[in-house]
Amino acid sequence: MRAIGIILAGGSSYRMKELSTKRAVCAMPVAGSYRSIDFALSNMTNSHIQKVAVLTQYNARSLNEHLSSSKWWDFGRKQGGLYVMTPSVTAESNAWYRGTADAIAQNLSFLKNCHEPYVVIASGDCVYKLDYNKVLEYHIAKMADITVVCKDMPASENVDRFGILKMNEESRIEEFEEKPVVAKSNTISCGIYVVRRRQLIEMLEKCAEEERYDFVKDILIRYKNMKRIYGYKMQEYWSNIASIDDYFNTNMDFLKPEIRDYFFRQYPDIYSKVDDLPPAKYNVGVSVKNSLVSSGCIINGTVENSVIFKKAYIGNNCYIKNSIILNDVYIGDNTHIENCIVESHGTIRANSYHAGEDGKIKIVIERSDRYVI
Amino acid sequence: MIKKEMIAMLLAGGQGSRLGVLTSKVAKPAVSFGGKYRIIDFPLSNCINSGVDTVGVLTQYQPLRLNTHIGIGIPWDLDRNIGGVSVLPPYEKVTNSEWYTGTANAIYQNIDYMESFNPDYILILSGDHIYKMDYEVMLDFHKEKGAECTIAVMPVPMEEAKRFGIMITDEDKKITDFEEKPANPRSNLASMGIYIFNWKTLKEALLANADQPGLDFGKHIIPYCHGKGSPLYAFEFNGYWKDVGTLNSYWEANMELIDIVPEFNLYEEYWKIYTKSEILPPQYFAETSLVERSIIGEGSEISGQVYNSVIGCGVTIGKDTVVRDSIIMNGTVIGDGCELNKAIVAEKAIIGNNVKMGIGEEVENETDPHIYNHSIATVGEKSVIPDGITIGKNTCVFGTTTAEDYPDNCLASGKTLIIKAGDEK
Repeated sequence: MRAIGIILAGGSSYRMKELSTKRAVCAMPVAGSYRSIDFALSNMTNSHIQKVAVLTQYNARSLNEHLSSSKWWDFGRKQGGLYVMTPSVTAESNAWYRGTADAIAQNLSFLKNCHEPYVVIASGDCVYKLDYNKVLEYHIAKMADITVVCKDMPASENVDRFGILKMNEESRIEEFEEKPVVAKSNTISCGIYVVRRRQLIEMLEKCAEEERYDFVKDILIRYKNMKRIYGYKMQEYWSNIASIDDYFNTNMDFLKPEIRDYFFRQYPDIYSKVDDLPPAKYNVGVSVKNSLVSSGCIINGTVENSVIFKKAYIGNNCYIKNSIILNDVYIGDNTHIENCIVESHGTIRANSYHAGEDGKIKIVIERSDRYVI
Repeated sequence: MIKKEMIAMLLAGGQGSRLGVLTSKVAKPAVSFGGKYRIIDFPLSNCINSGVDTVGVLTQYQPLRLNTHIGIGIPWDLDRNIGGVSVLPPYEKVTNSEWYTGTANAIYQNIDYMESFNPDYILILSGDHIYKMDYEVMLDFHKEKGAECTIAVMPVPMEEAKRFGIMITDEDKKITDFEEKPANPRSNLASMGIYIFNWKTLKEALLANADQPGLDFGKHIIPYCHGKGSPLYAFEFNGYWKDVGTLNSYWEANMELIDIVPEFNLYEEYWKIYTKSEILPPQYFAETSLVERSIIGEGSEISGQVYNSVIGCGVTIGKDTVVRDSIIMNGTVIGDGCELNKAIVAEKAIIGNNVKMGIGEEVENETDPHIYNHSIATVGEKSVIPDGITIGKNTCVFGTTTAEDYPDNCLASGKTLIIKAGDEK
């Protein structure tokens, strides 16, 4: 095996607003049946990377629950496996992870004890399919020190929340700016890096000495003229979910047949923890149009242009439009929900009315008493 | 030392010939049920939910699907260091190699397996019933009564009693007599084919009757124990229990799941039914879809109309297609403009555009009227039905059919069309 994997899953994001109070971004449910980190984990296992470390920090309960067994992604192997690494007090340090580089640096012994020559670093808040071996081959062919997976965004899209880079004709990265006020190009970093393991250890040790903690700022940007940092352009679908709008739009993308076909039907599959839920059930008076419905749901009302996650109950005469209903939500009768994201385990009283105004997405967190049906 | 108080032996070798083409390629316990499940999921889930973590599954007829489904038992948490699930097919011996010739013979041939766990009790189950039952409660009853064998029974209407093995008990539930399919039943307690034996009693009975051809629990072992004077008790079960042995009872049991609050509720948290989930994505409903009173499995894409139906995982239903009162199993693709009435379509079938099924007059099936009846149109797994075909009631289609197989683009009611490919029968 040529590479080990590291998934950065520590972050919260103020752009996720109330949704991040409950869980790390990487544990956000996506596309009805999955969680965000499933995509990076599945890509790892589908790329035959057998040893994967997940670095968590912010509110990881939900994430840890999801990762409670490594068998869903086939990491329950004698060789390799899934390692969840949270910050801990050690003889040398009692600090939290102060940044992405620091997170890896604090687990340097893991890197040092591996024998695989390369490391694939990915963030857990992106939705995509990628064979990391292709990036690795490219990395080797270019004789790069670091390879950054990047993507051209449509010119119309505002990209100031991403790392922006510019490559020369050889694909070597010449400019790299993190979240610039004015973006000079529309090529963004996807937060996926390939680097030689020894090289990474060396750079991280240097950073730690200088008390620098951020992988992008203190390694990629700082070293870009000294080291050979190359860009690998990804053509396929890639989406980051770390803001409310991105999260909403990514979920809505799955209503498009080509996106569903790409993720759900084409090889390779995305894996997730199996919940052992019964099939979804539809009673009398139901109307479901252009929507995704997950297992364990019981639907009695009208659903349009929406994504309904697992185990939701939608009462009689409800009207759900252009919304995302997260796991285990109970919606009482005669409720109207439009342009909303309903937080998981919520219980919405009968006869409620929630609608996001002026094209804005409203986040609904309602914890009424639930009566067992 | 390895020690398990009670281990289960699950009989899953039967063909279930009355399910017609549904079991032509798979054993009955591996037939799909309720959208995403297979029949064997119910006894296996009951085992783990009852705290029985050692299960031997006896297979014989067409075991491939069953083997793949069970694997090492991960979905049921039966992947254990000690015990767990073991698939036990018949095997060759130095002398006297034979198939499993009867229910008890199959158990007899696996005495070594049972012995290796030092059990006190053996639970005998069959892999073809739909029910939820706590075997631990039955074991408590067994111990409390000091029984050597306990038989689970359920009260059935008196007029139906003649179809079952009937137990006659005293007021203490001790079995005084039994009758197999009696013309004039003296009791309405029907045996459910679930037994708990003391290991010693069972072993002795199996060894004593080893030479009996077609050794069977109902016919030989129970009468033997009774004749010997072992205390036999009947454990009365009053929950939902359904034998899905015929196409019609299979269809009915599926349809009962779509009631608003069904008698057999899959949505209960505390007694989950586990199955191997191959398909994870959510299901999609197009702009043109309509659905009512149905249950639908993961990853299905519905563009047509679905009423009163049970749809499996990964099913595609095309535009302007109307599916009514039907069971569509995993991975089947149905084209545009079809009409299906009371159809059972097995896994991975491909149905073209504008196909009509379950249409026309009521005619008795010409080859197997005891199998294909109650107006059901049945399609076997991986069958192909070309565009524009009309298929009647009490029919059966199996195999890759082409337009030439249908005179006037039609398969009249009561006809059977089985295309033999390769060595398939």
